[in-house]
Order: sequence, then structure tokens, then C-alpha cells
Amino acid sequence: MKQAIELKVNGQVYELQIEPWRTLLEVIRDQLELTGTKESCSDGNCGACTVLMDNKAVNSCLVLAVEAQGKNIVTIEGLAKEGKLHPIQEAFVEYGAIQCGFCTPGMVMTTKAFLDENPNPSEGEIREAIAGHLCRCTGYFQIIEAIRGAVEKSDVAKRKA
Amino acid sequence: MFRRLPKFEYLVPKTIAEACTMLAKYNGQAKVIAGGTNLLPQMKWRQITPGFIIGLTNIAGLDTIEYSESEGLKLGALTKIRAIEQSSIIRGKFPLLAQAASLLGSVEIRNVATVGGNLCNASPSANTASPLIVLGTKAKIVSDTREKVIELEEFFKGSNETVLGSSEILTELQVPNMPLGSAGAYIKLGIRSTPVDRAIVGVAVLITLNPKSKACEDAKIALGAVAPTPMRAKKAENSLIGRELDDRVIEEAAAIASQEARPITDVSASEEYRRGMVKVLTRRAIKQSLEQMK
Repeated sequence: MKQAIELKVNGQVYELQIEPWRTLLEVIRDQLELTGTKESCSDGNCGACTVLMDNKAVNSCLVLAVEAQGKNIVTIEGLAKEGKLHPIQEAFVEYGAIQCGFCTPGMVMTTKAFLDENPNPSEGEIREAIAGHLCRCTGYFQIIEAIRGAVEKSDVAKRKA
Repeated sequence: MFRRLPKFEYLVPKTIAEACTMLAKYNGQAKVIAGGTNLLPQMKWRQITPGFIIGLTNIAGLDTIEYSESEGLKLGALTKIRAIEQSSIIRGKFPLLAQAASLLGSVEIRNVATVGGNLCNASPSANTASPLIVLGTKAKIVSDTREKVIELEEFFKGSNETVLGSSEILTELQVPNMPLGSAGAYIKLGIRSTPVDRAIVGVAVLITLNPKSKACEDAKIALGAVAPTPMRAKKAENSLIGRELDDRVIEEAAAIASQEARPITDVSASEEYRRGMVKVLTRRAIKQSLEQMK
């Protein structure tokens, strides 16, 4: 039942043999062994499995791997460049937005897509942006602060440049 | 639920006609997939286990947003909810539709979910249904032998049931221009303040005022999640037409809508609460519509 598919993940093209009922999440974790993306609810409620597909945040548990072909997929592993954390990741560390860390990859990926589109958001917009993510540890406060911190970091970087 | 999908064969039609032929060939064993944000969870919960999944995303031309002054909006059934939310055409010309789209699930869901999928899943609380109904939308349905256009209001048969035949596919929504001097609103009440939850009650309203007298020339009120299908509150609508919409008239209409609703008690909310909230949301939606016309 397996068919040959080609997926582009974090800039690399992978040729895979997978069954049509495998989700993008399964293939990322099981075939590509990129286990930064997490599985939690499996039905699109919690956001832990969020990856970027053509710069849009999606729940990878609800994407068929066969339908992710031809798309540019970025997982949490694709954010850091040459060992240097992305400013969003740095902000999450600085503001104590990571406790158990399980929701974090999903939160960070959604934040990346969100800030790319809306670099200067209000707090209300930040809250709406992460509405698809559940966190059992932090109570969300530090995550929202971290996102605001990431906004400030990028402002400072722009002013220096 | 199972974290893994049940096994199926994935078919890739090149045209809608081919997709319809496949549906006919596999006769009840096949389901089309648009965004998959309802289909895949239903499959994981083993509510349905189709042996064949027919992918629609590679068929060209099903996800376009086309607007003209003469014909209004033509919305492809595969248009993503997020595209509707962010479309400057829809935000400008049909703001309550963009508003309703923004209240569907999370960003991650909206990036994948489609308007056709939302309507064909036919949840009684479907976010896009009641706004499209008050806008007077028509639905284009295609089979392998013919196509037809019906009123969207006639599209829903029951809870999670549409009039689509087993080899028919919804391809397009046709939304006429909003009348001159009209404005509308969509309000959704969920369990939590985040719109990610399914609506307990949804109300869409479209009010047209006479430009000279400011009396109500037309009113459309559609309720979601308070009947097996999205429903028009026609008695409430009639109570507004021809009258000046002061607080007393609005309150009366809201009360009538509340009586017309046929909610049930379920795990999300009681019948009494839903009925009470129909009144509140109808009042608010009418007032929000009038605010836009000041």
C-alpha cells in the first residue's frame, strides 16, 4: 500500500515510502526522526504538533503526508541556524516560558508565523494567535511575555541594522 | 479514539467530474477530503471509516475568491477559512463573513479548513453557515452528469446531513452583493472566551434600512446550534420589517427569535441557557449591525 512521496522539510528533500493514511506528524516523527514536534491530542485541539507549511502554522496531526508534498515544511528543528537559537526561542528561554517544554515547539512555530505576518502585535492579538495551543504548566503568562519580548528583540535588531 | 487513522486508499482526481465519477464508482465507500479538519478527527474517532479518500486539493480552480460589482462574490468551495478571514474583498464587501471566518477554531485550523468542508460537514453550529444564509447565498453542486444551483438554506437536511447525493460535490458559493444601506454581524458564543470552541449559540443578522425613513426595509436572522440545522428566525425578521428599530422593537425581535429557536440540552449547554442566549446575541447582533450604519 506504500507509495513514493517527496517531502521538503527544513530545506531538505526527503524521498519516502509511506502509506496514504500516515499523517505529516507521524512521518516527521517516525520516518524523519524529527521528534521536536510533539503529539498530544491527535485531533487538532492542542497545537502541540504545529509545524509551518508554506509559512502557515498548521496542525500536522490533521495533514495527510501525501498532501504535504510540494509544500515547504519547517519544524522546530529548522529554526535555529548553525547552533544559534532563533530570537523567538531565545525569548522563550529568557522569559521562563518553558516549563515541561511539551507545548513549546508548537507555540514557537505559531509565534514565528504570527510575527512574520504581524511584527508589531497588541497583547490581544498575541492571545488570539496562540488560542490554538494548550499549556498545562505556565498559565500562558510567561509565553505571552516571551512573545512580546521577541517583538522587542526584533525591534532592537532592526534599529541596530 | 485512535491516534492512527484507519487504513484507506488515496485517490487523486484531476477534475471535479473525475472526482464525482470516483464517488459514484465506490458507492458509499469513498469520501472526498478538502481541508480534512473535520474528516480526519471523525476518522480517528472511528465515526466513519471510508475505504477510499478522494483528494480535492489538487483540482485547479476550486479555491478562488472572485468578486464583481454585477454578480457579487463567487467563492470556491475549497477556499481556506483563513483566506476568507484575510481577504480584503470579503472584509470590505461582506464583513460579517470575514468576522465569522475569524471565529472558526484556531489559526492552525483556519489555515487548512475550507468553507465547503465547513458547510458539507453540516454541524448545526457551522460558523460559516448562518452568515452565508443571511447573505442569501446560493450553492453550486456538481455531479458527473450535471450541475445545479440551490439556495444554501435548502442545503441542510439535518444534523451533519446535507442534500448532497452520494456522488455530488459542492464546488462554489455564490454570494450576492449586500443591499445598499445594509449591514450585518455574526456573534458566536462558546464555552470559553476563545473562539476555538464549537458555538453553543451562533447568530447572524443582516439589516437593511430605508435610506430616507431609516425604517427597517429587510431583516435576515439566522441561528446556529439551536436546531438540527442552521435556521432562519422568520417571525423575528418579520417583527422588524417596516418598523423603526428602537430598543423596544429590537428587544421584541430578540425575544421572538428566542422562542423560534429549537435548542436541545447537551453536554455543552442546557436548552434554557441556549434559548436565553439567542435573545442576548440577537439583540447584540442587531445593534452591532445598526452601529455600522451610523
